[in-house]
Amino acid sequence: MEIPDASLILEARGLSLSYGARIAVEGVTLELRRGEVLGFLGPNGAGKSTTMRMLTGNLRPDSGTVSLCGIDLWKDPLKAKARLGYLPETPPLYRDMKVDDYLKFAMKLHRAMQDSLPDIKEKCGLQDAGSRLIGSLSKGYQQRVGIAQAILHNPDVIILDEPTSGLDPNQIREIRALIREIGNRCGVILSTHILSEVESLCDRVEILHHGKQVYKGSLEGSRHAVEVGFKHPPSIDELSSIHGISKVEALSDGLFILRHEEKQNPTEALVALAADKGWGLTRIAPSRGSLEAVFAELTREGS
Amino acid sequence: MIRIIAAREAKALFSSPQAWIVFAIFQAILAWIFLARLDAFLGVQAKLQHLVNPPGVTEWIIAPLFSAASMIFLMIIPLFTMRLIAEEARNQTLPLLFSAPVSSLEIVLGKYLGLLVFLCAAIGLVLFMALTLLLGGKIDFGLLFSNVLGLFFAAASFAALGLYISCLTSHPYLAGIGGIGALLGLWAVRFGSGGFFRAISPSDHFDRFNQGLVDTGDIAYFLLAIVLFLMLSAWRLEQR
Repeated sequence: MEIPDASLILEARGLSLSYGARIAVEGVTLELRRGEVLGFLGPNGAGKSTTMRMLTGNLRPDSGTVSLCGIDLWKDPLKAKARLGYLPETPPLYRDMKVDDYLKFAMKLHRAMQDSLPDIKEKCGLQDAGSRLIGSLSKGYQQRVGIAQAILHNPDVIILDEPTSGLDPNQIREIRALIREIGNRCGVILSTHILSEVESLCDRVEILHHGKQVYKGSLEGSRHAVEVGFKHPPSIDELSSIHGISKVEALSDGLFILRHEEKQNPTEALVALAADKGWGLTRIAPSRGSLEAVFAELTREGS
Repeated sequence: MIRIIAAREAKALFSSPQAWIVFAIFQAILAWIFLARLDAFLGVQAKLQHLVNPPGVTEWIIAPLFSAASMIFLMIIPLFTMRLIAEEARNQTLPLLFSAPVSSLEIVLGKYLGLLVFLCAAIGLVLFMALTLLLGGKIDFGLLFSNVLGLFFAAASFAALGLYISCLTSHPYLAGIGGIGALLGLWAVRFGSGGFFRAISPSDHFDRFNQGLVDTGDIAYFLLAIVLFLMLSAWRLEQR
């Protein structure tokens, strides 16, 4: 029998959904551990929001399973949802309610202690907004109320769909700091199409394109990587046997991302070997902002 | 959980201007009918005294008042039920409920009971209007009771049907028009020949309450309709 991994707080297997003939999401598989921030990246319409709706029980997948802390979301929804906080793309706010009343209502729905309200409001920067109508708040403040709603019951898994959209740069910084802080205690999945956000916030990234996962990676490694292109690409084994290269990722069209240890840059050895074996090196660059390259490469239309 | 959702729903209704405007129109029309019936009653009161078993003020004024109230409910309840689910779907606020540890049935019952509180307030006002007749005479409390009960069951079943239609669409107006259409349709079904049509239409069932007849068959009819549409609503939310 498999030993359940206690730190594994969200596990999704083979999530698929289609609207008629159009496949929205196909075979998405995810894992999230406590203390981890997972970035969900993809161009508009890639299926990020759809996937998140399935992860939170708002949309029933055609196939696939989701379990939160080992509880199946569709078999035992109430128990699983008690561990979940969700901010959809459009914050689910009742415009004709006051901020305090709304947050109290959300707390009751989640069976959370009412006395943590001032604390939550302070975290989200809502101290002065308590008696204002939600409909009269600016977009940035509404977004904060939305985030407050997602975290007020100390859930294990927090799913945020574009949490920083509509915020000004200062607010973005505050919200990122907040997400980083929450991410230490529980697990966070956030979707965005801002690459720098993923780079500054997330431990891992998943890129989604046309409803499929096209890239999974740790951001730790991507900070030490080289991007290379060959006319006559060698096999992955050949590349990974080069001294210093820890991991090889093949992109399309003979492009590769080569990860290496911090002090073992393989560039020199690689260039020599490529000339030697006639691989036809077309491109080599330190992969600063490698995520951007990966993203552009994988999600280019028509490729 | 049901209580929490119901309390929010009722509070939202009582604090929304639209609800009060509909309420005011409802009350104004009923007041007009009430006064017109009262005027007519005063006109024929002298003649009625010569009859052996004359109709009293309750039959003359209160029964038509409640009958009119049930017709107006048929028109306005869909305006309230369309908000319950369809408007939330349109405003994309449903994820708050769907990602909280609350079952579909609890959401449906919470929303339904919240609206029912509001409708009971409306029935209370009609009742209050009827009770003002005590200032000038006696009323038949049995007949009044059966009318209040009938109006309550009618309102509760209309609300359940409206709620179900509200679950079917994310367009509030469609839910409103669909609700009015379905209720008017059910009302018109009574004109079909045969006992079956009369049995499924709420009209006959309400009419018996209206005449002072409290029949367990009629109570069962309304209860069945309420349970059926609430279950369908919960099932529908579960399938989304």
